[in-house]
Amino acid sequence: MRRIVIVGAGQAGLQVAESLRKGGHDGAITLVGEERWPPYQRPPLSKKYLAGDFADERLWFRPYEHYAKLDVDLRTATRATAIDRAARRVGLASGESLEYDGLVLTTGTRVRPLPVPGADHPAVCYLRGLDDAQRLKARLASARRVVVIGGGFIGLEVAATARADGREVHVVEALDRLMARVMPPLLSDFFAALHHERGVALHCGVQVSGLADDGAGAALVTLADGRQLAADLVVAGIGVLPNQELAAAAGLACGNGIEVDEFARTSDPHIVAAGDCTWHRNRLFDVPHRLESVQNAVDQAKVAAATLLGQPQAYADLPWFWSDQFDVKLQIAGLSTGFDDYVLRGTPSSAGFSVFYFQGTRLLAVDSINRPADHMLARRLIAGAAPISRAQAGDPAFDLKTLLTAG
Amino acid sequence: MPKITYVDVDGTRYDCEVASGLSLMEGAINNGVPGILAICGGSCACSTCHAYIDEAWAERVGGPNDIEDATLDLANDRRPTSRLTCQVQVDDSLDGLVVHVAKND
Repeated sequence: MRRIVIVGAGQAGLQVAESLRKGGHDGAITLVGEERWPPYQRPPLSKKYLAGDFADERLWFRPYEHYAKLDVDLRTATRATAIDRAARRVGLASGESLEYDGLVLTTGTRVRPLPVPGADHPAVCYLRGLDDAQRLKARLASARRVVVIGGGFIGLEVAATARADGREVHVVEALDRLMARVMPPLLSDFFAALHHERGVALHCGVQVSGLADDGAGAALVTLADGRQLAADLVVAGIGVLPNQELAAAAGLACGNGIEVDEFARTSDPHIVAAGDCTWHRNRLFDVPHRLESVQNAVDQAKVAAATLLGQPQAYADLPWFWSDQFDVKLQIAGLSTGFDDYVLRGTPSSAGFSVFYFQGTRLLAVDSINRPADHMLARRLIAGAAPISRAQAGDPAFDLKTLLTAG
Repeated sequence: MPKITYVDVDGTRYDCEVASGLSLMEGAINNGVPGILAICGGSCACSTCHAYIDEAWAERVGGPNDIEDATLDLANDRRPTSRLTCQVQVDDSLDGLVVHVAKND
């Protein structure tokens, strides 16, 4: 593989480039990104970046000159428009095309647009990329009333940041509880209480039916039950869609994401994919899935690079994730999909507790609230370092560390 | 601007100027110091910016808080002088600091 083209200059794309060089690839690497920025960190966009005086440059993973040192041809503000698999060529919007021996798709996701009338009101912001964050931050600076549509991670992080900064904040969630797709009711209740205590108004189990202008530049958000909320800023955080159109148009297998095997290979042997855009398999779990996380971007990118280097290694890294809301740090280790029972460790409060998810005798995942030590141990336990019983998990007096040293 | 010296795992020294207010991790990234990966971007979630504070400076820099302490348990070869560089903010009092990068991958 002499010439490698990477489409998507986010965390996964950068990691593939760095892992290729580290693994000894000395051929050309072209890293193509649609945004005008070099690869940057997304997690701070809903937190530190939004909260204060945080220069854009502090988000860059590497300074600009790093790419020359790494001998990576970084092409920002460049959109790939088509893949010609027979000719092994990627077409760019400029009309130019890039020939490849190996192609990497790290195209990420895009926000799901708000599907209601009036969604094009100028008060409506989304949050995915830095351009979104800049716009949101500017709008937030002069906003008094904020309505967040969607009670998932992004929505709640933005709500917490805006509320901590003194704004009047409403969160509207269509399902009957917060983070319902990824959290059990116990944790939804905990986060609902947290946001309520800090003065965020929560409206769960009600949909937004439309937006209109109030005549003074603000938005009037109408809920399905007829209530209206006036907002200087509306933030829609209702999920993302995988950027798989380029792959699908080239005939690669796609479902909810670009389909790859445990070696990050697509249905074309010359094309691998990694990160948020992939529907993938991980040896630690029985079911294929798509994951939007830093961990998956980095670890799956390493797998993709190893495949291109001709040293395939199956993906078997433990998923982990975090969310910061007010002074609460939620940390997730593993994937709870398919759990049949969970055990509480500690009492739900900001002082710290964890939830251990089991499937039979197997520990699948642990969600920790302000309990980083539980999280760190959980990562090892789920990866199979030692068995743990429900009774041990549920007994706060039992020191989990002894499980790792017992053997 | 405070001068910080990073020593990588091979013993190569990087004498850098790091603006006050940035973290030791950001200083390393901006100056291309190898081995400080910081994949979580400084959120104290991953331990891949692990380094050892030079013995002569360990007391002045101080120890980790609870979250960092727990996160350091994930790091390779933790020692008494271990810190996550994303959690150490640079200021004038650290002018001349020497930091030894840990094995982070």
